Amino acid sequence: MATVELSFSARPAHVRTARQVAVTLARRINLPEPVLDAVRLAVGEACGLVVALQQESRPDDPVVVTFDDSRGLAIDVRGAVALEAAVGSRAIDLLAAAAEPVVDELPVGASLAVVSELVPRLTVATSPAGVTVSMRWPAEASAHA
Amino acid sequence: MDLTLSTRSEDGRTVVEVAGEIDVYTAPKLREQLTELVDSGRYNLVVDMTGVEFLDSTGLGVLVGGLKRVRMHDGSLRLVCTQERILKIFRITGLTKVFPIHDSVAEAVAADDA
Repeated sequence: MATVELSFSARPAHVRTARQVAVTLARRINLPEPVLDAVRLAVGEACGLVVALQQESRPDDPVVVTFDDSRGLAIDVRGAVALEAAVGSRAIDLLAAAAEPVVDELPVGASLAVVSELVPRLTVATSPAGVTVSMRWPAEASAHA
Repeated sequence: MDLTLSTRSEDGRTVVEVAGEIDVYTAPKLREQLTELVDSGRYNLVVDMTGVEFLDSTGLGVLVGGLKRVRMHDGSLRLVCTQERILKIFRITGLTKVFPIHDSVAEAVAADDA
C-alpha cells in the first residue's frame, strides 16, 4: 500500500483526523520521533490553512490529503479556494504580528511560515482552482533526525 | 484527546491548567476561557501547558491574544512548558521572545512582574 487518500469537508474538527493518519503512516515507514512531530504539526497547519480558506465560502467542498509513502513520505493537501497572492510562505513576520494591536488571530500566512520551518521540501501552488500544499520528507530524513 | 481546562488561584495569580490538544478546532475554547478571566478582572495569568500534547499556530494566536488582553490591564501571562515538541513551535515562530516560559507553576507564580 503506497498511497492513502483522505477527503473531508472543510471543518476544523476533521483536521485532527488528517494529523493522525499522517503520523500513523510516518510511523509505519519508521521516521524517527522528532520527524513524526514535524509531520504531525505540518499536516495540521496545512490542513488548518486550507480549512480556514474555504470554511466560510465553501465548507462542503472537500479538502483532499494524499499520502504516498513509497519513497520517503509525500503529503499533498489540496483545497478548492486559492491562496491570496499576499500570503507568501516566508513573508509573515510573526513577531511583528504579535506586536500589532489586533487581538486573537495570527495572520493566515502564519501557518505556512510554520510549515516552511518543518518540511525539508515544500511547494505551495495556487491557482483559481485552489491551493495545493506539497510536503516531502525524503527517506533519509530518518538518518538525520 | 480533546481539550480540558481548569482554573485555580495561587498567590494572586490565576493558573489555567490546559491538557490535550490545542488546534484549529479546540483553540476557540481556550480563547473563551482566557477572555472570560480577563473580563472578570483576572489580569495575572499562568497557563500551565504541562499536559498539552499538541499545539498549532491557531493555539499560538489565542495565547498571543490573551497576552495582549492582560497587557491592556498591565497584567501578565506566563507559560509553563517543558516539552520539547511544544517548545519547538514557540522557538520557530520567535515567540519565545514574547512569552515568559517557565519550567514549573511554582516558578511562574513566584516570578516578579514588576
